[in-house]
Amino acid sequence: MSTAVSTASRSTGSTTSGPRRRRLGSTGIVYLALVGILVVSAGLVAAQGGNFFSQGNLFYLLSQTSLLGFVAIGQTFVILCKSLDLSVGYVVAWSSLVAATTMAGDPSRIWLGVLAALAVAAGVGLVNGLVISKLRVNSFIATLGVGLIIKGYLDTQYKGPSGEVPQAFQGFGYTRIGPVPISVVVLAVVMVLAVVLLTRTRPGYHMFAVGGNIDVARLSGIRTDRSIILAHVVCSLCAGVAGLLIAARFGTGNALVYTYGYDLNSIAAVVLGGTLLMGGRGSILGTVAGVLILASLDTVFNVLDVSPFFKDVLRGAIIIAAVAMYARRQIDPASSRARFRALGQSVRPGSRSGPADPAAPARENPSAPTTGTEATR
Amino acid sequence: MSSSTPATRPGSPDGAQASSRGGFSRWVQRATSGSSWTVYALLVVVFVAILVMNPSFGEPMSIMAFLKKAAPLVVLAIGQYFVIVSGEFDLSVGSLVGAQVVIAAKFIDGDESMTWPVIGLMVLFGLGVGLVNGLIVTLLKVPSFITTLGMMLVLYGAIRLWTGGAPTGSLTEGFRQWGRGGLPDSPGQFQVPYAVLITVVLGVVAVVLMRRPFGRTLVATGDNDVAAAFSGASVWWVRTRAFLFSGFMATVAGILIGGYAGVTAQVGEGLEFMAITAVVLGGVVLGGGRGSVVAAMAGALTLEALFTLFNQLSLPSTIRPAVQGVIIIAAVAYAAMPRRSKAAPTSTPSPPTTPAGVHEPTVPKEPQPAAP
Amino acid sequence: MTAQPLGASAPLLTLRGVGKVFFGNSVLRGIDLDVRPGEVHALVGENGAGKSTLMKIIAGVHQPDAGTMELDGAPVTFASPLAAQAAGVSTVFQEFNLLPERTVAENVYLGREPRRFGIVDARRMARDTDALLADLGLHGLASWMRVGSLSVAEQQVVEIVKAVSYDARIISMDEPTAALADQEVELLYALVHQLRARGVAILYVSHRLKEIFDLCDTITVLKDGDFVLTTATADITPDRLVRTMVGREFAGYYPDKDPGTVPGAVKLALAGAGNTQVDGIDLEVRAGEIVALAGLQGSGRTEIAHGVFGVAPFTRGTVLLDGEPVTVSSAREAVRLGLALVTEDRKAEGLALEQSISANARLVLDAVTPGSSDRRAQAIPGILSSLDLVSRSKDAEVQYLSGGNQQKVVLAKWLVTEPSVIVLDEPTRGIDVGAKRAVYDLMRTLTARGVAILLISSELPEVVAMADRILVMRDGRLAGELPAGSDEETIMALATGAGDGSEHVEVDLSALADLPRDAALPGDAAPPGDAAAPTRSAHSDTLQEEK
Repeated sequence: MSTAVSTASRSTGSTTSGPRRRRLGSTGIVYLALVGILVVSAGLVAAQGGNFFSQGNLFYLLSQTSLLGFVAIGQTFVILCKSLDLSVGYVVAWSSLVAATTMAGDPSRIWLGVLAALAVAAGVGLVNGLVISKLRVNSFIATLGVGLIIKGYLDTQYKGPSGEVPQAFQGFGYTRIGPVPISVVVLAVVMVLAVVLLTRTRPGYHMFAVGGNIDVARLSGIRTDRSIILAHVVCSLCAGVAGLLIAARFGTGNALVYTYGYDLNSIAAVVLGGTLLMGGRGSILGTVAGVLILASLDTVFNVLDVSPFFKDVLRGAIIIAAVAMYARRQIDPASSRARFRALGQSVRPGSRSGPADPAAPARENPSAPTTGTEATR
Repeated sequence: MSSSTPATRPGSPDGAQASSRGGFSRWVQRATSGSSWTVYALLVVVFVAILVMNPSFGEPMSIMAFLKKAAPLVVLAIGQYFVIVSGEFDLSVGSLVGAQVVIAAKFIDGDESMTWPVIGLMVLFGLGVGLVNGLIVTLLKVPSFITTLGMMLVLYGAIRLWTGGAPTGSLTEGFRQWGRGGLPDSPGQFQVPYAVLITVVLGVVAVVLMRRPFGRTLVATGDNDVAAAFSGASVWWVRTRAFLFSGFMATVAGILIGGYAGVTAQVGEGLEFMAITAVVLGGVVLGGGRGSVVAAMAGALTLEALFTLFNQLSLPSTIRPAVQGVIIIAAVAYAAMPRRSKAAPTSTPSPPTTPAGVHEPTVPKEPQPAAP
Repeated sequence: MTAQPLGASAPLLTLRGVGKVFFGNSVLRGIDLDVRPGEVHALVGENGAGKSTLMKIIAGVHQPDAGTMELDGAPVTFASPLAAQAAGVSTVFQEFNLLPERTVAENVYLGREPRRFGIVDARRMARDTDALLADLGLHGLASWMRVGSLSVAEQQVVEIVKAVSYDARIISMDEPTAALADQEVELLYALVHQLRARGVAILYVSHRLKEIFDLCDTITVLKDGDFVLTTATADITPDRLVRTMVGREFAGYYPDKDPGTVPGAVKLALAGAGNTQVDGIDLEVRAGEIVALAGLQGSGRTEIAHGVFGVAPFTRGTVLLDGEPVTVSSAREAVRLGLALVTEDRKAEGLALEQSISANARLVLDAVTPGSSDRRAQAIPGILSSLDLVSRSKDAEVQYLSGGNQQKVVLAKWLVTEPSVIVLDEPTRGIDVGAKRAVYDLMRTLTARGVAILLISSELPEVVAMADRILVMRDGRLAGELPAGSDEETIMALATGAGDGSEHVEVDLSALADLPRDAALPGDAAPPGDAAAPTRSAHSDTLQEEK
């Protein structure tokens, strides 16, 4: 029985030419942007007589990528659930210290150190998740608070670099295969695991639901608190891995690491990668592209000897611009149905068929003044 | 929170029959609306604790010294209050303060005649930053914490780019006196610091402003911006003005800090979080709609008092962030606890209208209040 | 799903004496309902009759306070929507419970994704969803499509597919065509027939008589929370049906018009106004006149209010104030032009709930004319007392007031701006009798003063008693104008199109080729109804097999 479906209008932007093609659309854009940036960077460097893609530069780029990459992958989970984690920098610092002090230079204690660091990280994630879901504290405040508590602890307990990482483990930080650091290989593994968790398991599916519309999630029987807690644990675990990498690179743990701006940079990478701040949509691959973009910018600034301060300015501007752009593309879930769509292209030039009033708020509220239905009972 | 004052007869003009005592207690009640009473209690407790440990704290000069030190944070809290009560965040104030101090030092560069022109420039700059923040949030619809975090980075980087990493120049006495000096101009003797006077003036201005139409509209916007828009409020302009105030307050704080603590590269770092902590402590609800500016100021004083207490107890300064963290979480968790003020449903429920056909009692019945 | 012959005697779901009380008000009393497999059972009644509440009880959102529910003869209570769903009773609400960023398959299987070795079996999910879609004859939809990119009709289909995937034996639909364009309604019709053929019972909650007579086998009528009757569609005509929905004794209090009130010049006029929701709106409201806009939910009345007030402006036609064309593109401008809008949903749109009575009452003054706000706000206490606002203090937060008192605050907020045109959107919804009286008295006072009032209301007695003229909306257009004192049936007939046979939607008969031959469609060649209204009895609604 054929139906009238084919005549029904579809909203813009979707080509129904195959599964998954639509999702890759926005991730594809990010990778395109990455390629663009690489090309421009290569050009700028070549103009100065250098080679952007030299072994040394590539190694630097990839090293930067792996550090931020771990944290950003974790942050993706959390942002997908419409939450946020501002404590990641402190988790990175703390886990580096735990690893280094537990290993204490003894190769036989490497795995113990690794486990201890990850356990601590997971614990922080658990605390974050509980404070947010059970105490109902806003994620910004909750993770900020937890981060500050960790900061206080670290500053009091550790004065400067502490612990000692055995040579064997330092390999994690330095070994490379050609221009590719081992850490990037580990990053790739983590990335694959993250993708599987998010897109292939029930908990992952449920995170999309919790971030997309928590009421719908609940109505479908999903335990939303669990999803949020899990997301935060995963996020902090990833930060913990980053801490291990730091420990491997420096040979010790160091609290100062929390000043490296992982919180903001990870959020930037996630947002650049197309994950909606409003939750419900996102991809790990996109985040990695975002990280690569930031790392490429880092590298090209390094090579061109540009002031690191300019990097900060640019990063701040890029974040705002990216979110502004994505904010425009945001889909309104209560898709407005136009009864008279054909007639909506009106006599008056330049007017749109829809609320055009800047004074009309953009709040997501079924009764808000959109071209929507009368409030129902 | 229902009033405990004598019932006002409906229909009588607001102030006409209220006795001065009723008026005062109503003022007190208004000033302490919401969950703010906890911050005043906390302030008193901390003060008492300090006095117990160090009775000389109670001397006028000590109190003034404390207030002089606390002034910048109080001023910042006022600015942050405007933004938070309208439903937003301003995380750029810390780096704005730092930027202002650096700008002051560089342009004044020891030349007294430049003091006031540069202060004027700083005010313009602060307002400009506030304006940009406000417009990005309201017109580009970028969430305020992203906007202001980005702005924080931009300011941080831009200032260092400009100075090459380290601040140069120097401030003049004419500039520094505001943060450092007082009335009468006799250091070593008792004086009321300019910082305190400025703060009090700004506080009064803020309180008055919040009681004016703008203030009420601001709070209403934070409470329910849909209703505010339907009532004709220009929501984008209301919120942008909040950011303008925040930028202005950051400028004043910068002047005070520059005078008090001098110019360093780290000036301003972390202040945004301290300001938010202060405001949250004062019972101002994140998300807007509730809280008083006086309570926010009290929150700032309490925070500074806590740090003073920790000095007395010889607690290492490294513990400060942890305390801040605990306080923020506790304050917000407390506010989030189910209480009647949180339980109101957000839209008209399925109407249990009394059907027209049912026989009505002659006295119209008054249904229960809507809050479950 | 085995196809049950229509008219199988054992009801699937039985309700007896079901009642519900909210905040001390009883909204449902003594409801009896039988739903049989394969039956399309309409639940009708005007706004406020209790259909929604009843549907929510069946859906597990609310629990009944009185009476019994039986599923398959066994007593049952649904503690949550999930429990109802698990028992085979699914509901498609007007606000869809879908995730727009996820695919059809992901939405359908949300919360119970099939797993294989711990990993979600996406392939099986897709296969099962595609099978469901094919089964229901939906070849234009596929499991991998992103729900956000689908039209509203298609999204509704996804909701139905979801229900079917839970092996629903009863699917309730709340105003399913309220959000659909005319051509999309056909899709729904086809689906409903498919489901019937599979023995699924459908509870069809709707106002729209043409659909009820097209699709439904049985009709149950509710009025003001009471059960009125259950009848086979074949045994009743649209006119008679409307009469059962609205007829009631006129026991409300409605003040008479002040004899001195004579409509003056035209204050507000719309000429050919339209946007994406409404079209071709011509209306006039004079000073001192009350013009009512009646019509069903979703007919476009609030959209007209929003258009006039500048919140969702018209894109076609003209708006004239005092004869002068104006462009109202924001609420602020509207206020400055002397307009006022008392919105439909006072809690979400009319009040800042955590602020005081006085702050709320001053809100428009503070927002639009801050300079003169203090002076003009002095009138507020007088206005509030004239509305009989009973409250302990001006500083009480409005969220603690009763609905009626809250509405008074909203009214005061607008009255103090001294508007010349007031649009009232459902002003007496959800408020107690005393407050209603105050509102009606206010309306009379205002008109005596020369204010023009546009009243949007779903309460027909109110419309009939208060309005000088009644405009009836249907599907975004004006269906007609009626004079004051018209009876409710006439209004309802215009609003539903019952009397107007010409707009009968064509059902695609060729599409029904593969339905069992004996599936008669109710509504073909229905005999004229009896003079006596069919009464309820346990087995009254036998469906006729052949016509």
